[in-house]
Amino acid sequence: MVAAILLQGEEAAEHAAAAPNWFVEHAWIIVLIPVVSAALTLFLGKRTPGRGSVYGIVGVGVSFVLSLGVLWQFVQHGGGTYESGVDWFQIGELHVGAGQLVDGLTAVMLIVVTSISLCVHVYSLGYMHGDQRFTWFYVVLSLFTAAMLDVVIASDLFQLLLGWEIMGVCSYLLIGHWWEEHVNSSSAIKAFITTRVGDVPFMFGIFALVFATGFETSNIVEVGEALGSPEVSKGLVAAAALLLFGGTIGKSAQFPLHVWLPDAMAGPTPVSALIHAATMVAAGVYLVGRLFAVFVTADPWVLTFVAVIAGITAFGAATMAFVQNDIKRVLAYSTISQLAYMVAGLSMGPAGVTAAYFHLFTHAFFKALLFLGSGSVIHTVHSNDMSDMGGLRRPMPVTFWTFLIGSLALAGIPPLAGFWSKDELLVVANAEGHDLLFVVLLITAGMTAFYMARTMMLTFLGAYRGHGHPHESPATITGPLVALAGVTLFIGLLGSPQLGAPFGQWVFFEHAHEAEFVVWVALASTTLALLAIAAGVMVYRREGAVERDPMLRMGALTTLLVNKYYMDDFYFKGIIRPVRDKLSAAVYWSNQTILDGAVNGAAGLTKVFAKVVNGFDRKVIDGAVDGVGNLAGFTGGLLRYIQSGNVQRYAAFLFTGVVVLAIIFTRI
Amino acid sequence: MLTFAAVLFATGVYGVLARRNAVLVLMSIELMLNAVNINLVAFSQHLQQITGQVFALFVIAVAAAEVGIGLAIVILIYRNRETINVDEVNLLKW
Repeated sequence: MVAAILLQGEEAAEHAAAAPNWFVEHAWIIVLIPVVSAALTLFLGKRTPGRGSVYGIVGVGVSFVLSLGVLWQFVQHGGGTYESGVDWFQIGELHVGAGQLVDGLTAVMLIVVTSISLCVHVYSLGYMHGDQRFTWFYVVLSLFTAAMLDVVIASDLFQLLLGWEIMGVCSYLLIGHWWEEHVNSSSAIKAFITTRVGDVPFMFGIFALVFATGFETSNIVEVGEALGSPEVSKGLVAAAALLLFGGTIGKSAQFPLHVWLPDAMAGPTPVSALIHAATMVAAGVYLVGRLFAVFVTADPWVLTFVAVIAGITAFGAATMAFVQNDIKRVLAYSTISQLAYMVAGLSMGPAGVTAAYFHLFTHAFFKALLFLGSGSVIHTVHSNDMSDMGGLRRPMPVTFWTFLIGSLALAGIPPLAGFWSKDELLVVANAEGHDLLFVVLLITAGMTAFYMARTMMLTFLGAYRGHGHPHESPATITGPLVALAGVTLFIGLLGSPQLGAPFGQWVFFEHAHEAEFVVWVALASTTLALLAIAAGVMVYRREGAVERDPMLRMGALTTLLVNKYYMDDFYFKGIIRPVRDKLSAAVYWSNQTILDGAVNGAAGLTKVFAKVVNGFDRKVIDGAVDGVGNLAGFTGGLLRYIQSGNVQRYAAFLFTGVVVLAIIFTRI
Repeated sequence: MLTFAAVLFATGVYGVLARRNAVLVLMSIELMLNAVNINLVAFSQHLQQITGQVFALFVIAVAAAEVGIGLAIVILIYRNRETINVDEVNLLKW
């Protein structure tokens, strides 16, 4: 369906203006290519050498080049917003469109999605080699990329929702890629249903926005403008903002719907890198910024609510990351925590938008790097458990160094990517007077550094505790790692205040953002990170610290953290089980007794009525019809004897008749 | 005069209804027609109008044609069935 819509866009774009803006005008092609490559892989993949991976890699590669073109032209023209589109369908007076909305945010996000998707496509060549559903994996990977690009480029709320939902489906398919194991398929279902809890409010949020414009438009730009008019009720906007944020809570795994993301690690690692670290989970954050006009127009308490959620999530997820033994789960909790950082940035108002997106931007690269690095380790060790790792520094040098770069970036060590973006968030929090949030974020930064140090120590240093002889992964795996590590080293400079922070000129809300450099904030965060890393190294260098992990020896606290604050248990006992056992039983009963009763009763009644009608039909109607026929036959039978064939008798009748008539006429 | 015509007509009716011989039936019809002719002429005389007499002439001409056709039918019946008894000519019945 996406293809069909975009094909319509093609016709419209043919008529669009001038060549100088070719890349920006034709940004929709970037979305179309992965759709085509997904279709090609699906239909021709198994007959193609390489089992169809070539379509996805080439397609996403071309998309990536086009995205670079879009950003290049966008910067050349000094920013702005380019919107075009066509009518998709019409509901009453409401014209729902499909098109492209290209501004700085879109241009940057296109780069993020296509570049990481390209890395993951290449990486999967090695990681998924020999998988029995290899071709199908590439189909869904390409389709997911297309859906995410559709969300990024969407000019219409319903177009955005379309991509949003396709992403959800693809996420479900990829988490459950190895569905033969029950835990994988149940994780997929959990992820799908948990995000759905957020998606339903999101959908109603869209309806609320369209309602707020008086069913005039669902175009994102026009909706934003319409909300400025005084006729729109504040309460409605606040409700819409909260409902939309529900979508963010679900998709970006914020408290209290974060529970699906750690379990989503059951999917193949490239999927975790693409979907559950870099892109799809960022869609929730992207959404808030894309519709930031709604949040700004709404009462301030809405953003306060967002800030509270972000604070809880950032801190809570970081604590849970301490006690994880599964390397991917550490990264998953870290992702939740970092997404909360971005949400926190958005909650600080317009000034935080640039910082939040810059963090999204840098985080996408180094978190994809970390996930792909962990995948490289898992590929070699055949285990997710860090107690089976250790000492991998020597056999896997490329993985080690790239993973180290990613970890330091995540910990916020200058001049790596994470430092600049995290620091920018802290500066804005400080400048805007969000003191509590500032403290929470600073502490979380320290905790992040500590658990990443723990992960590094457990995985790459010490003695090897697993089975077999670990070896470096093939070039298809290390290649993307090196590429992403290179990006992670330098990408942060885009937001560096010393270099003029060009990122703030591209991505902003209403006013271009001037990045500030506050020395004491930078010093504080860096010092804290270094101290935390040092502490981590000290703790895990001691003999036996690996076997008797102090993080797992904190008594009740460890129990609480290992059990994830009992949130899963609460959901299971408090919601799922009552719903499953009581509510579904009640529903079953009412279904069997009341609904079936009504249906059966209606059927029985109809039967009785039909019998009556049948009787009436046979006896009365048929009787009347037959009766008329029989009467005619009977009288005919009587009268036929007159037809004797005797001419003289006829003549006698004739004369009698004449005489009778004569008598009658003379009487008259 | 009218009485004579009435008697003649009644005789014709009787002949048509009662005789078995088809030729006699035809002759009886002739009797009835002539009774009518007598009436026509009588009224013509009485009312001093020539119309009745002209009409009688027409009736004689039609009667001649009618007898011609009637006798032809009788001859054909006789050839086919060897009888001219009208009671036996009753094919057209129920």
